[in-house]
Amino acid sequence: MQTIDALLAEQPFFAGLDAPALALIAGCARNVHVGAGEHLFREGEAADTFYLLRRGRVALEVHDPRGGTLVVDTADEGDVVGWSWLVPPYRWLFDARAVTGISAVAFDGVCLRGKCDDDPTIGYALMQRVTHVMLQRLQAARIRLLNLYGRP
Amino acid sequence: MTAPTGAQLTGAHLAGAPSTGTQLAGAMPTPVDPMRSRPFRVLAHHQDTDDTVTLRLEPADGVPLRFEAGQYTMLGALGIGEVPISISGDPHAPQLLQHTIRDVGGVTHALVHARPGALLDVRGPYGAGWSALDGAGGDVVLVAGGIGLAPLRPALLDVIAHRERFGRVVVLYGTRSPADVLFTGELEAWRAADVEVAVTVDYGPPGYAGRVGLVTALIPRAGFDPGRTLALVCGPEVMMRFAAAALVARGVAADRVRLSMERNMKCGVGLCGHCQLRELFICVDGPVLTYARIESLMQVRQL
Repeated sequence: MQTIDALLAEQPFFAGLDAPALALIAGCARNVHVGAGEHLFREGEAADTFYLLRRGRVALEVHDPRGGTLVVDTADEGDVVGWSWLVPPYRWLFDARAVTGISAVAFDGVCLRGKCDDDPTIGYALMQRVTHVMLQRLQAARIRLLNLYGRP
Repeated sequence: MTAPTGAQLTGAHLAGAPSTGTQLAGAMPTPVDPMRSRPFRVLAHHQDTDDTVTLRLEPADGVPLRFEAGQYTMLGALGIGEVPISISGDPHAPQLLQHTIRDVGGVTHALVHARPGALLDVRGPYGAGWSALDGAGGDVVLVAGGIGLAPLRPALLDVIAHRERFGRVVVLYGTRSPADVLFTGELEAWRAADVEVAVTVDYGPPGYAGRVGLVTALIPRAGFDPGRTLALVCGPEVMMRFAAAALVARGVAADRVRLSMERNMKCGVGLCGHCQLRELFICVDGPVLTYARIESLMQVRQL
């Protein structure tokens, strides 16, 4: 059985972090499995976890009373899901539903925030990685806003 | 017809021959007068999506229109006008001319409503194609956005016809919604030919189980070896710019990334200048060009 440290070391998201930093982060992590159709979290709930997907697909959804539940984005193997754990008020803004059965590493947000506060070097390294993902998602969302494939 | 002196074209262009010099499976273009149209009869009309139609046409004179994957024709509706449309058919079956057309203006509106039996005017084929066989011995990744899958289809069929000469073959296809996916009946056949096909949409309806997101997000994770990959990209220009940048970031050389540029082709033979992109005439130098060649031009506003 692979340790969580070793699992994290293989993930591009954590590339560049040294072993002590990975061990520290792994101290906040556990392996989880979520069945297809189940929710990782729902809009409005306390955001106390973030997920690194090892297998399967998660849909980020928003409920629209007029049109049901819309999929705004999906995350697949190697993607991280959730950053509301990082900034107040620590509430989820979307639903996250497992489209398929998933395996993930789940990080306790309170634990991780504590370690970032205690060791700002690790906090900064982690923040850079989360920001990188946020930037990519923001850029993708902006390009999608252009509706390039829509009617000219 | 001979090449006018001083014009930015060669006899090879006028004959519709591939300017890349690459031979594609005996599909040498038919030598015809490049400015003269021929009537083609609509054999079949297939509604792909709510605004896109695939027409299958046969030459009224019985002479097949041989073409290279990536080439286009000037397709005309009698009395209305003609527009450049990429060929979406199989380069190994030139007896059937296939065009996938989106209803976006006056001429295309007439074209998508052409019913079986109708006659359309065809000039061409024109332009430089994908030359996908240049990727033999390595991997090929095709990145398509929206209707951009149509001009890539002949290249994919070309690759599939020589499948054993390639490593991994990957299609990354982004489109607006699941209802806008083109060639839905063929995706499984491509997969059966050992092609990885990943589809992502901008808008996922309730309960959608597929990928939602931008096609560029598929590039970092797709299974190809960037150092030995030929990438073919077709879609809206903004999408191609981001896709090409993502391919280069992944490690694909800029001269191994080919884009199909869309400009207002009019004559098709490098005379009129409607499609000029600084020193390039997209109608004959393109539509397929390497990213290395046009990256700087794509950065110039209003060019």
